[in-house]
Amino acid sequence: MAEVNHISVKELTEKILNHEKLFILDVRNTGEFDDWKVEGENVEIHNQPYFDLMDGVEPVEEKLPKEEPIYVICAKGGSSQMVAEQIAEAGYDNVYSIEGGMKAYSEHLEPIKVGEVSDGEIYQFVRIGKGCLSYLIVSNGEGAIVDSNRMSTPYEQFVSKHQVDVKYVIDTHLHADHISGGKNLAEKLGADYYLPPKDAEGITFEFNDIQEDDELNVGSTKIKSFYSPGHTIGSTSYIVDDQYLLTGDILFIESIGRPDLAGKAEDWVSDLRETLYERYKKLSHDLIVLPAHYMSVDEMNDDGTVSENLGELYKENHGLNIEDEQEFRHAVTDNLPPQPNSYDEIRQTNLGKMDPEDEKRREMEIGPNRCAIK
Amino acid sequence: MEVNVNHVLDAKGLACPMPIVKTKKEIDQIEPGQVIEIQATDQGSTADLKAWAENTGHQYLGTKEEGDVLKHYVRKSSEEDTTETKHQDVLELENLKDRLEGDEQITILDVREPAEYAFGHIPGSINIPLGELEDRSEELNQDDDIHVICRTGNRSDLAAQKLSGKGFSSVKNVVPGMKDWDGPVNQNH
Repeated sequence: MAEVNHISVKELTEKILNHEKLFILDVRNTGEFDDWKVEGENVEIHNQPYFDLMDGVEPVEEKLPKEEPIYVICAKGGSSQMVAEQIAEAGYDNVYSIEGGMKAYSEHLEPIKVGEVSDGEIYQFVRIGKGCLSYLIVSNGEGAIVDSNRMSTPYEQFVSKHQVDVKYVIDTHLHADHISGGKNLAEKLGADYYLPPKDAEGITFEFNDIQEDDELNVGSTKIKSFYSPGHTIGSTSYIVDDQYLLTGDILFIESIGRPDLAGKAEDWVSDLRETLYERYKKLSHDLIVLPAHYMSVDEMNDDGTVSENLGELYKENHGLNIEDEQEFRHAVTDNLPPQPNSYDEIRQTNLGKMDPEDEKRREMEIGPNRCAIK
Repeated sequence: MEVNVNHVLDAKGLACPMPIVKTKKEIDQIEPGQVIEIQATDQGSTADLKAWAENTGHQYLGTKEEGDVLKHYVRKSSEEDTTETKHQDVLELENLKDRLEGDEQITILDVREPAEYAFGHIPGSINIPLGELEDRSEELNQDDDIHVICRTGNRSDLAAQKLSGKGFSSVKNVVPGMKDWDGPVNQNH
Protein backbone atom coordinates (compact mmCIF):
# COMPACT_ATOMS: atom_id res chain seq x y z
CA MET A 1 0.00 0.00 0.00
CA ALA A 2 1.20 3.46 -0.85
CA GLU A 3 2.58 5.55 1.96
CA VAL A 4 0.39 8.13 3.75
CA ASN A 5 1.88 10.70 6.12
CA HIS A 6 0.17 12.08 9.20
CA ILE A 7 0.11 15.53 10.67
CA SER A 8 -1.30 16.73 14.00
CA VAL A 9 -3.63 19.70 14.28
CA LYS A 10 -0.89 21.46 16.27
CA GLU A 11 1.53 21.20 13.35
CA LEU A 12 -1.22 22.24 10.96
CA THR A 13 -2.04 25.27 13.11
CA GLU A 14 1.60 26.32 13.19
CA LYS A 15 1.80 26.14 9.41
CA ILE A 16 -1.33 28.28 9.09
CA LEU A 17 -0.02 30.85 11.59
CA ASN A 18 3.32 30.89 9.73
CA HIS A 19 1.39 31.81 6.57
CA GLU A 20 2.59 28.70 4.75
CA LYS A 21 0.93 27.84 1.49
CA LEU A 22 -1.31 24.81 2.09
CA PHE A 23 -3.55 22.74 -0.15
CA ILE A 24 -6.29 21.10 1.91
CA LEU A 25 -8.84 18.62 0.62
CA ASP A 26 -11.84 18.55 2.98
CA VAL A 27 -13.76 15.30 2.50
CA ARG A 28 -16.72 15.96 4.82
CA ASN A 29 -20.15 16.32 3.26
CA THR A 30 -20.75 19.65 1.60
CA GLY A 31 -23.29 20.87 4.15
CA GLU A 32 -20.75 20.61 6.95
CA PHE A 33 -18.01 22.12 4.80
CA ASP A 34 -20.15 25.14 3.89
CA ASP A 35 -20.98 25.68 7.54
CA TRP A 36 -17.44 25.60 8.85
CA LYS A 37 -13.94 24.91 7.52
CA VAL A 38 -10.21 25.52 7.94
CA GLU A 39 -9.27 29.06 7.00
CA GLY A 40 -5.94 30.77 6.63
CA GLU A 41 -4.25 33.50 4.66
CA ASN A 42 -2.52 31.07 2.29
CA VAL A 43 -4.85 28.12 2.61
CA GLU A 44 -6.38 26.77 -0.56
CA ILE A 45 -9.19 24.46 0.37
CA HIS A 46 -11.32 22.21 -1.79
CA ASN A 47 -14.33 20.10 -0.81
CA GLN A 48 -15.15 16.67 -2.20
CA PRO A 49 -17.04 14.30 0.10
CA TYR A 50 -15.26 11.02 0.88
CA PHE A 51 -18.19 9.01 -0.40
CA ASP A 52 -17.54 10.35 -3.89
CA LEU A 53 -13.97 9.04 -3.65
CA MET A 54 -14.51 5.45 -2.54
CA ASP A 55 -13.70 4.00 -5.95
CA GLY A 56 -10.82 6.33 -6.71
CA VAL A 57 -9.84 9.96 -6.85
CA GLU A 58 -10.92 10.77 -10.42
CA PRO A 59 -13.69 13.17 -9.31
CA VAL A 60 -11.10 15.42 -7.69
CA GLU A 61 -7.95 14.57 -9.60
CA GLU A 62 -7.68 17.73 -11.69
CA LYS A 63 -7.83 19.85 -8.54
CA LEU A 64 -4.92 18.09 -6.83
CA PRO A 65 -1.52 19.81 -7.02
CA LYS A 66 1.17 17.57 -8.51
CA GLU A 67 4.21 18.96 -6.72
CA GLU A 68 2.95 20.32 -3.41
CA PRO A 69 1.85 18.39 -0.33
CA ILE A 70 -1.83 17.52 -0.09
CA TYR A 71 -3.47 17.67 3.34
CA VAL A 72 -6.69 15.71 3.72
CA ILE A 73 -9.15 16.52 6.52
CA CYS A 74 -12.52 15.06 7.54
CA ALA A 75 -14.71 15.12 10.65
CA LYS A 76 -12.66 12.84 12.89
CA GLY A 77 -9.72 11.45 10.90
CA GLY A 78 -11.13 8.17 9.55
CA SER A 79 -12.30 9.24 6.13
CA SER A 80 -9.28 11.45 5.54
CA GLN A 81 -7.10 8.38 6.05
CA MET A 82 -9.10 6.43 3.47
CA VAL A 83 -9.00 9.23 0.91
CA ALA A 84 -5.30 9.96 1.56
CA GLU A 85 -4.60 6.29 0.78
CA GLN A 86 -6.55 6.57 -2.46
CA ILE A 87 -4.60 9.66 -3.45
CA ALA A 88 -1.29 8.00 -2.60
CA GLU A 89 -2.28 4.95 -4.65
CA ALA A 90 -2.95 7.26 -7.58
CA GLY A 91 0.75 8.11 -7.52
CA TYR A 92 1.00 11.18 -5.30
CA ASP A 93 3.83 10.81 -2.83
CA ASN A 94 3.31 13.78 -0.54
CA VAL A 95 -0.08 13.14 1.04
CA TYR A 96 -1.05 13.80 4.65
CA SER A 97 -4.07 12.77 6.66
CA ILE A 98 -4.82 15.32 9.40
CA GLU A 99 -5.11 13.40 12.66
CA GLY A 100 -8.37 13.79 14.55
CA GLY A 101 -9.94 15.88 11.78
CA MET A 102 -12.13 18.93 12.38
CA LYS A 103 -12.99 17.64 15.83
CA ALA A 104 -9.37 17.89 16.97
CA TYR A 105 -8.89 21.11 15.02
CA SER A 106 -11.86 22.74 16.78
CA GLU A 107 -10.35 21.84 20.16
CA HIS A 108 -6.77 22.87 19.56
CA LEU A 109 -5.48 25.87 21.51
CA GLU A 110 -2.31 27.62 20.43
CA PRO A 111 -0.74 29.81 23.15
CA ILE A 112 0.96 32.93 21.76
CA LYS A 113 2.65 35.61 23.81
CA VAL A 114 0.98 39.00 23.34
CA GLY A 115 3.36 41.11 25.39
CA GLU A 116 4.79 42.01 28.79
CA VAL A 117 3.09 42.92 32.04
CA SER A 118 4.69 43.92 35.33
CA ASP A 119 7.03 41.03 36.26
CA GLY A 120 5.55 38.75 33.66
CA GLU A 121 3.65 38.37 30.43
CA ILE A 122 0.23 37.89 28.91
CA TYR A 123 -0.59 35.01 26.54
CA GLN A 124 -3.43 34.67 24.10
CA PHE A 125 -4.71 31.11 23.60
CA VAL A 126 -5.95 31.03 20.03
CA ARG A 127 -8.61 28.42 19.35
CA ILE A 128 -8.11 28.61 15.63
CA GLY A 129 -10.81 26.12 14.72
CA LYS A 130 -13.53 28.15 16.38
CA GLY A 131 -12.21 31.70 16.59
CA CYS A 132 -12.26 31.76 20.41
CA LEU A 133 -9.60 33.66 22.32
CA SER A 134 -8.74 33.17 25.97
CA TYR A 135 -5.97 34.64 28.10
CA LEU A 136 -3.37 33.78 30.70
CA ILE A 137 -1.79 36.60 32.69
CA VAL A 138 1.40 35.63 34.49
CA SER A 139 3.32 37.73 37.02
CA ASN A 140 5.89 36.56 39.56
CA GLY A 141 4.82 32.96 39.20
CA GLU A 142 1.12 33.71 39.80
CA GLY A 143 -1.54 33.57 37.13
CA ALA A 144 -5.10 34.38 36.07
CA ILE A 145 -7.01 32.84 33.17
CA VAL A 146 -9.78 34.74 31.38
CA ASP A 147 -12.59 33.22 29.27
CA SER A 148 -11.20 29.70 29.33
CA ASN A 149 -12.46 27.14 26.84
CA ARG A 150 -14.03 23.79 27.67
CA MET A 151 -10.79 21.86 27.16
CA SER A 152 -8.75 22.22 30.35
CA THR A 153 -5.69 20.17 29.35
CA PRO A 154 -3.92 22.81 27.21
CA TYR A 155 -4.08 25.33 30.08
CA GLU A 156 -3.02 22.76 32.66
CA GLN A 157 -0.05 21.67 30.58
CA PHE A 158 1.01 25.23 29.91
CA VAL A 159 0.86 26.41 33.53
CA SER A 160 2.58 23.27 34.74
CA LYS A 161 5.39 23.68 32.21
CA HIS A 162 5.85 27.35 33.11
CA GLN A 163 5.31 26.73 36.83
CA VAL A 164 2.46 29.18 37.20
CA ASP A 165 0.25 29.13 40.28
CA VAL A 166 -3.17 30.12 38.92
CA LYS A 167 -5.16 32.09 41.51
CA TYR A 168 -8.12 33.24 39.43
CA VAL A 169 -10.20 31.90 36.59
CA ILE A 170 -12.48 34.63 35.28
CA ASP A 171 -15.26 34.87 32.70
CA THR A 172 -16.12 38.21 31.11
CA HIS A 173 -19.75 37.10 30.77
CA LEU A 174 -22.03 34.10 30.49
CA HIS A 175 -20.97 32.62 27.16
CA ALA A 176 -23.56 31.35 24.72
CA ASP A 177 -21.37 30.31 21.81
CA HIS A 178 -18.97 27.98 23.59
CA ILE A 179 -18.91 26.02 26.80
CA SER A 180 -16.88 27.76 29.49
CA GLY A 181 -14.14 25.74 31.12
CA GLY A 182 -14.07 28.26 33.98
CA LYS A 183 -15.56 26.40 36.90
CA ASN A 184 -13.96 23.08 36.01
CA LEU A 185 -10.54 24.57 35.37
CA ALA A 186 -10.67 26.60 38.60
CA GLU A 187 -11.34 23.40 40.55
CA LYS A 188 -8.54 21.52 38.85
CA LEU A 189 -6.03 24.31 39.44
CA GLY A 190 -7.20 25.19 42.96
CA ALA A 191 -8.16 28.68 41.82
CA ASP A 192 -11.19 30.90 42.50
CA TYR A 193 -13.81 31.20 39.77
CA TYR A 194 -15.27 34.65 39.06
CA LEU A 195 -18.34 35.58 37.02
CA PRO A 196 -20.35 38.83 36.81
CA PRO A 197 -23.37 38.21 39.11
CA LYS A 198 -25.83 39.86 36.69
CA ASP A 199 -25.11 37.04 34.23
CA ALA A 200 -25.41 34.35 36.87
CA GLU A 201 -29.17 34.17 37.32
CA GLY A 202 -30.13 30.58 38.02
CA ILE A 203 -26.56 29.39 38.45
CA THR A 204 -26.33 26.07 40.29
CA PHE A 205 -22.80 26.21 41.67
CA GLU A 206 -20.67 28.44 43.90
CA PHE A 207 -18.82 31.30 42.28
CA ASN A 208 -17.25 34.62 43.23
CA ASP A 209 -18.94 37.88 42.30
CA ILE A 210 -16.97 40.29 40.20
CA GLN A 211 -18.22 43.84 40.79
CA GLU A 212 -17.56 47.17 39.12
CA ASP A 213 -14.00 48.38 39.76
CA ASP A 214 -12.87 45.28 41.64
CA GLU A 215 -9.12 44.69 41.61
CA LEU A 216 -7.47 41.33 41.52
CA ASN A 217 -3.71 41.08 42.02
CA VAL A 218 -1.66 38.55 40.13
CA GLY A 219 1.94 38.85 41.28
CA SER A 220 2.62 42.53 40.83
CA THR A 221 0.11 42.91 38.00
CA LYS A 222 -3.32 44.46 38.61
CA ILE A 223 -6.47 43.28 36.88
CA LYS A 224 -9.25 45.88 37.17
CA SER A 225 -12.83 45.08 36.29
CA PHE A 226 -14.76 47.52 34.12
CA TYR A 227 -18.52 47.10 33.74
CA SER A 228 -19.39 47.06 30.03
CA PRO A 229 -22.90 45.70 29.43
CA GLY A 230 -24.57 45.27 26.05
CA HIS A 231 -23.71 41.79 24.81
CA THR A 232 -25.13 40.47 28.06
CA ILE A 233 -26.35 42.50 31.01
CA GLY A 234 -23.37 41.45 33.13
CA SER A 235 -20.61 41.75 30.52
CA THR A 236 -17.48 42.97 32.26
CA SER A 237 -14.16 43.97 30.70
CA TYR A 238 -10.79 43.68 32.41
CA ILE A 239 -7.97 46.18 32.29
CA VAL A 240 -4.68 44.39 32.80
CA ASP A 241 -1.61 46.29 34.02
CA ASP A 242 -3.09 49.54 32.62
CA GLN A 243 -2.00 48.26 29.21
CA TYR A 244 -4.54 45.73 27.96
CA LEU A 245 -8.32 45.84 27.67
CA LEU A 246 -9.94 42.40 27.64
CA THR A 247 -13.28 43.16 26.01
CA GLY A 248 -14.97 39.75 26.00
CA ASP A 249 -17.72 39.76 23.36
CA ILE A 250 -18.38 43.51 23.44
CA LEU A 251 -15.76 44.75 21.03
CA PHE A 252 -13.79 42.81 18.43
CA ILE A 253 -11.16 43.95 15.95
CA GLU A 254 -13.32 44.37 12.86
CA SER A 255 -16.75 44.19 14.45
CA ILE A 256 -18.75 44.74 17.61
CA GLY A 257 -20.74 42.40 19.82
CA ARG A 258 -24.39 41.83 19.26
CA PRO A 259 -26.94 42.13 22.02
CA ASP A 260 -29.43 39.45 21.15
CA LEU A 261 -28.10 36.17 22.40
CA ALA A 262 -30.66 35.91 25.16
CA GLY A 263 -33.44 37.40 23.07
CA LYS A 264 -32.78 40.81 24.59
CA ALA A 265 -31.69 42.80 21.54
CA GLU A 266 -34.11 45.67 22.13
CA ASP A 267 -33.39 45.97 25.85
CA TRP A 268 -29.64 45.78 25.64
CA VAL A 269 -28.99 47.94 22.63
CA SER A 270 -28.78 51.16 24.69
CA ASP A 271 -26.36 49.47 27.10
CA LEU A 272 -24.23 48.44 24.15
CA ARG A 273 -24.35 51.96 22.73
CA GLU A 274 -23.32 53.46 26.07
CA THR A 275 -20.46 51.00 26.58
CA LEU A 276 -18.99 51.48 23.11
CA TYR A 277 -19.69 55.19 22.58
CA GLU A 278 -19.22 56.58 26.10
CA ARG A 279 -17.66 54.26 28.65
CA TYR A 280 -14.87 52.79 26.50
CA LYS A 281 -14.22 56.20 24.95
CA LYS A 282 -13.14 57.62 28.31
CA LEU A 283 -10.44 54.96 28.65
CA SER A 284 -6.89 55.51 27.44
CA HIS A 285 -6.83 55.02 23.68
CA ASP A 286 -3.41 53.40 24.06
CA LEU A 287 -4.97 50.33 25.68
CA ILE A 288 -4.50 47.20 23.57
CA VAL A 289 -7.83 45.55 22.92
CA LEU A 290 -7.86 41.77 23.40
CA PRO A 291 -11.26 40.31 22.46
CA ALA A 292 -12.73 36.87 23.21
CA HIS A 293 -13.30 36.13 19.52
CA TYR A 294 -12.24 36.80 16.01
CA MET A 295 -14.31 36.07 12.93
CA SER A 296 -11.80 35.94 10.12
CA VAL A 297 -8.10 35.45 9.58
CA ASP A 298 -7.95 39.05 8.33
CA GLU A 299 -8.13 40.11 11.96
CA MET A 300 -4.95 38.25 12.82
CA ASN A 301 -1.60 40.01 13.20
CA ASP A 302 1.51 38.59 11.53
CA ASP A 303 2.49 36.70 14.67
CA GLY A 304 -0.92 35.02 14.90
CA THR A 305 -2.24 37.17 17.75
CA VAL A 306 -5.49 39.10 17.55
CA SER A 307 -5.13 42.59 19.05
CA GLU A 308 -5.22 46.29 18.21
CA ASN A 309 -5.06 49.45 20.22
CA LEU A 310 -8.31 51.12 21.20
CA GLY A 311 -7.53 54.40 19.42
CA GLU A 312 -7.01 52.54 16.14
CA LEU A 313 -10.34 50.75 16.56
CA TYR A 314 -12.13 54.06 17.11
CA LYS A 315 -10.76 55.07 13.70
CA GLU A 316 -11.19 51.81 11.76
CA ASN A 317 -13.98 49.71 13.27
CA HIS A 318 -17.26 50.55 11.55
CA GLY A 319 -19.31 49.52 14.59
CA LEU A 320 -17.69 52.31 16.62
CA ASN A 321 -18.43 54.92 13.97
CA ILE A 322 -22.18 54.98 13.57
CA GLU A 323 -22.99 58.52 14.70
CA ASP A 324 -26.77 58.29 14.48
CA GLU A 325 -28.31 56.41 17.40
CA GLN A 326 -31.28 55.11 15.40
CA GLU A 327 -28.98 53.87 12.70
CA PHE A 328 -26.90 52.11 15.35
CA ARG A 329 -30.04 50.55 16.81
CA HIS A 330 -30.96 49.22 13.40
CA ALA A 331 -27.43 48.03 12.67
CA VAL A 332 -27.28 45.88 15.79
CA THR A 333 -30.84 44.57 15.81
CA ASP A 334 -31.74 44.16 12.12
CA ASN A 335 -30.36 41.43 9.90
CA LEU A 336 -28.71 39.59 12.74
CA PRO A 337 -26.65 36.62 11.60
CA PRO A 338 -27.95 33.12 12.46
CA GLN A 339 -27.73 32.17 16.14
CA PRO A 340 -24.83 29.96 17.16
CA ASN A 341 -25.75 26.28 17.12
CA SER A 342 -27.38 25.13 20.37
CA TYR A 343 -26.71 28.46 22.06
CA ASP A 344 -29.44 28.05 24.62
CA GLU A 345 -28.18 24.65 25.74
CA ILE A 346 -24.69 26.13 26.03
CA ARG A 347 -25.93 28.87 28.36
CA GLN A 348 -27.77 26.29 30.47
CA THR A 349 -24.59 24.24 30.66
CA ASN A 350 -22.51 27.26 31.65
CA LEU A 351 -24.96 27.89 34.50
CA GLY A 352 -24.72 24.27 35.60
CA LYS A 353 -28.42 23.68 34.83
CA MET A 354 -27.48 21.04 32.28
CA ASP A 355 -24.65 18.56 32.56
CA PRO A 356 -24.25 16.92 29.15
CA GLU A 357 -21.77 14.16 28.42
CA ASP A 358 -18.42 15.06 26.90
CA GLU A 359 -19.44 13.89 23.43
CA LYS A 360 -22.62 15.98 23.60
CA ARG A 361 -20.65 19.04 24.79
CA ARG A 362 -18.39 18.68 21.81
CA GLU A 363 -21.35 18.46 19.46
CA MET A 364 -23.01 21.53 20.98
CA GLU A 365 -19.95 23.59 20.10
CA ILE A 366 -19.54 22.32 16.55
CA GLY A 367 -19.75 25.00 13.92
CA PRO A 368 -18.59 28.53 13.40
CA ASN A 369 -18.81 31.39 15.84
CA ARG A 370 -21.54 33.86 15.07
CA CYS A 371 -21.75 36.39 17.84
CA ALA A 372 -20.54 39.54 16.10
CA ILE A 373 -21.90 42.05 13.66
CA LYS A 374 -19.81 44.11 11.32
CA MET B 1 -43.65 -0.28 14.49
CA GLU B 2 -41.10 -2.33 12.61
CA VAL B 3 -40.22 -1.28 9.10
CA ASN B 4 -40.15 -4.14 6.60
CA VAL B 5 -37.00 -4.24 4.53
CA ASN B 6 -35.19 -6.57 2.13
CA HIS B 7 -31.77 -6.35 3.76
CA VAL B 8 -30.31 -5.30 7.08
CA LEU B 9 -26.74 -4.06 7.39
CA ASP B 10 -25.14 -3.92 10.82
CA ALA B 11 -22.68 -1.03 10.93
CA LYS B 12 -22.99 -0.44 14.65
CA GLY B 13 -19.82 0.65 16.43
CA LEU B 14 -18.13 1.56 13.16
CA ALA B 15 -16.71 5.04 12.70
CA CYS B 16 -16.83 7.12 9.57
CA PRO B 17 -16.19 6.23 6.72
CA MET B 18 -17.10 2.57 7.35
CA PRO B 19 -20.92 2.86 7.52
CA ILE B 20 -21.01 4.35 4.03
CA VAL B 21 -18.28 2.09 2.66
CA LYS B 22 -20.24 -0.96 3.84
CA THR B 23 -23.55 0.43 2.57
CA LYS B 24 -22.05 0.93 -0.86
CA LYS B 25 -20.75 -2.66 -0.97
CA GLU B 26 -24.04 -4.06 0.27
CA ILE B 27 -26.21 -2.05 -2.10
CA ASP B 28 -24.19 -3.36 -5.08
CA GLN B 29 -25.43 -6.84 -4.13
CA ILE B 30 -29.16 -6.13 -3.94
CA GLU B 31 -31.83 -5.74 -6.62
CA PRO B 32 -32.86 -2.31 -7.92
CA GLY B 33 -35.87 -1.04 -6.01
CA GLN B 34 -35.11 -3.05 -2.89
CA VAL B 35 -34.78 -1.44 0.51
CA ILE B 36 -31.86 -1.74 2.89
CA GLU B 37 -31.81 -0.87 6.58
CA ILE B 38 -28.45 0.38 7.82
CA GLN B 39 -27.91 0.24 11.58
CA ALA B 40 -25.24 2.66 12.73
CA THR B 41 -24.06 4.40 15.88
CA ASP B 42 -21.93 7.05 14.17
CA GLN B 43 -23.89 10.30 14.59
CA GLY B 44 -22.46 11.75 11.40
CA SER B 45 -23.86 8.88 9.34
CA THR B 46 -27.28 10.47 8.82
CA ALA B 47 -26.07 13.56 6.94
CA ASP B 48 -23.45 11.58 5.04
CA LEU B 49 -25.84 8.84 3.96
CA LYS B 50 -28.39 11.39 2.82
CA ALA B 51 -25.79 13.26 0.74
CA TRP B 52 -24.30 10.04 -0.62
CA ALA B 53 -27.74 8.74 -1.69
CA GLU B 54 -28.48 12.04 -3.41
CA ASN B 55 -25.18 11.93 -5.32
CA THR B 56 -25.64 8.32 -6.41
CA GLY B 57 -29.35 8.38 -7.27
CA HIS B 58 -30.43 6.05 -4.48
CA GLN B 59 -33.49 7.02 -2.52
CA TYR B 60 -32.93 7.99 1.13
CA LEU B 61 -36.21 7.23 2.90
CA GLY B 62 -35.51 8.31 6.44
CA THR B 63 -33.88 7.54 9.75
CA LYS B 64 -35.31 6.13 12.95
CA GLU B 65 -33.56 6.56 16.29
CA GLU B 66 -33.70 3.68 18.75
CA GLY B 67 -31.63 4.47 21.80
CA ASP B 68 -28.07 4.91 20.58
CA VAL B 69 -28.77 3.17 17.28
CA LEU B 70 -29.68 5.01 14.12
CA LYS B 71 -31.63 3.00 11.58
CA HIS B 72 -31.33 4.45 8.11
CA TYR B 73 -33.50 3.32 5.21
CA VAL B 74 -32.32 3.52 1.61
CA ARG B 75 -33.98 2.17 -1.54
CA LYS B 76 -31.67 1.18 -4.35
CA SER B 77 -32.16 3.22 -7.50
CA SER B 78 -34.13 1.56 -10.29
CA GLU B 79 -34.85 2.41 -13.90
CA GLU B 80 -38.48 3.18 -13.11
CA ASP B 81 -38.23 6.89 -13.86
CA THR B 82 -37.44 6.32 -17.52
CA THR B 83 -40.25 4.00 -18.63
CA GLU B 84 -43.45 5.28 -20.18
CA THR B 85 -46.79 4.63 -18.51
CA LYS B 86 -49.24 2.38 -20.37
CA HIS B 87 -52.37 2.28 -18.23
CA GLN B 88 -54.99 4.50 -19.89
CA ASP B 89 -56.96 5.77 -16.91
CA VAL B 90 -54.74 8.37 -15.33
CA LEU B 91 -55.49 10.89 -12.55
CA GLU B 92 -53.44 13.95 -11.64
CA LEU B 93 -52.38 14.40 -8.02
CA GLU B 94 -54.37 17.64 -7.76
CA ASN B 95 -57.55 15.81 -8.72
CA LEU B 96 -56.86 13.12 -6.16
CA LYS B 97 -56.60 15.81 -3.53
CA ASP B 98 -59.98 17.22 -4.57
CA ARG B 99 -61.51 13.76 -4.44
CA LEU B 100 -60.10 13.16 -0.96
CA GLU B 101 -61.75 16.34 0.24
CA GLY B 102 -65.09 15.28 -1.28
CA ASP B 103 -67.61 12.80 0.15
CA GLU B 104 -66.96 10.01 -2.34
CA GLN B 105 -65.75 6.70 -0.97
CA ILE B 106 -62.40 6.05 -2.66
CA THR B 107 -59.61 3.54 -2.16
CA ILE B 108 -55.98 4.55 -2.38
CA LEU B 109 -53.56 1.72 -3.01
CA ASP B 110 -49.93 2.60 -2.34
CA VAL B 111 -47.68 0.07 -4.11
CA ARG B 112 -44.32 1.32 -2.81
CA GLU B 113 -42.12 -0.71 -0.46
CA PRO B 114 -43.24 -0.79 3.20
CA ALA B 115 -40.26 1.34 4.28
CA GLU B 116 -41.17 4.05 1.79
CA TYR B 117 -44.77 3.90 2.97
CA ALA B 118 -43.67 4.05 6.61
CA PHE B 119 -41.86 7.38 6.15
CA GLY B 120 -44.86 9.13 4.60
CA HIS B 121 -48.15 8.10 3.01
CA ILE B 122 -51.62 9.49 2.37
CA PRO B 123 -53.83 8.90 5.43
CA GLY B 124 -56.14 5.95 4.87
CA SER B 125 -54.16 4.50 1.98
CA ILE B 126 -53.53 0.75 1.79
CA ASN B 127 -49.99 -0.55 1.30
CA ILE B 128 -49.38 -3.55 -0.94
CA PRO B 129 -45.94 -3.43 -2.59
CA LEU B 130 -45.93 -4.06 -6.33
CA GLY B 131 -44.01 -7.28 -5.86
CA GLU B 132 -46.73 -8.74 -3.61
CA LEU B 133 -49.75 -7.57 -5.60
CA GLU B 134 -50.05 -10.79 -7.58
CA ASP B 135 -50.60 -12.77 -4.38
CA ARG B 136 -52.53 -10.21 -2.41
CA SER B 137 -54.98 -8.70 -4.88
CA GLU B 138 -57.90 -10.49 -3.20
CA GLU B 139 -57.42 -8.14 -0.25
CA LEU B 140 -59.01 -5.52 -2.52
CA ASN B 141 -62.61 -5.29 -3.63
CA GLN B 142 -63.04 -5.69 -7.41
CA ASP B 143 -65.79 -3.05 -7.61
CA ASP B 144 -64.09 -0.33 -5.57
CA ASP B 145 -62.89 2.89 -7.10
CA ILE B 146 -59.14 2.18 -6.79
CA HIS B 147 -56.47 4.89 -7.04
CA VAL B 148 -53.01 3.42 -7.37
CA ILE B 149 -50.04 5.51 -6.30
CA CYS B 150 -46.28 5.03 -5.97
CA ARG B 151 -43.37 7.49 -5.94
CA THR B 152 -43.19 8.51 -9.60
CA GLY B 153 -46.14 6.86 -11.38
CA ASN B 154 -44.33 3.86 -12.89
CA ARG B 155 -44.79 1.10 -10.36
CA SER B 156 -48.40 2.26 -10.00
CA ASP B 157 -48.75 1.99 -13.80
CA LEU B 158 -47.67 -1.66 -13.69
CA ALA B 159 -49.94 -2.30 -10.72
CA ALA B 160 -52.92 -0.65 -12.44
CA GLN B 161 -52.41 -2.79 -15.55
CA LYS B 162 -52.20 -5.89 -13.41
CA LEU B 163 -55.42 -5.10 -11.53
CA SER B 164 -57.31 -4.27 -14.73
CA GLY B 165 -56.12 -7.57 -16.18
CA LYS B 166 -57.56 -9.32 -13.16
CA GLY B 167 -60.96 -7.78 -13.82
CA PHE B 168 -60.99 -4.79 -11.47
CA SER B 169 -63.52 -2.36 -12.93
CA SER B 170 -62.29 1.08 -11.89
CA VAL B 171 -58.52 1.51 -11.56
CA LYS B 172 -56.73 4.82 -11.90
CA ASN B 173 -53.01 5.50 -11.97
CA VAL B 174 -52.24 8.63 -9.92
CA VAL B 175 -49.43 10.68 -11.44
CA PRO B 176 -46.77 11.67 -10.87
CA GLY B 177 -46.85 10.21 -7.34
CA MET B 178 -45.78 10.69 -3.75
CA LYS B 179 -42.61 12.57 -4.67
CA ASP B 180 -44.78 15.59 -5.50
CA TRP B 181 -47.56 15.05 -2.97
CA ASP B 182 -48.07 18.13 -0.78
CA GLY B 183 -51.27 17.04 0.96
CA PRO B 184 -51.62 15.42 4.39
CA VAL B 185 -49.17 12.65 5.24
CA ASN B 186 -49.05 9.97 7.94
CA GLN B 187 -45.99 8.16 9.22
CA ASN B 188 -45.92 4.82 10.97
CA HIS B 189 -42.39 3.98 11.92
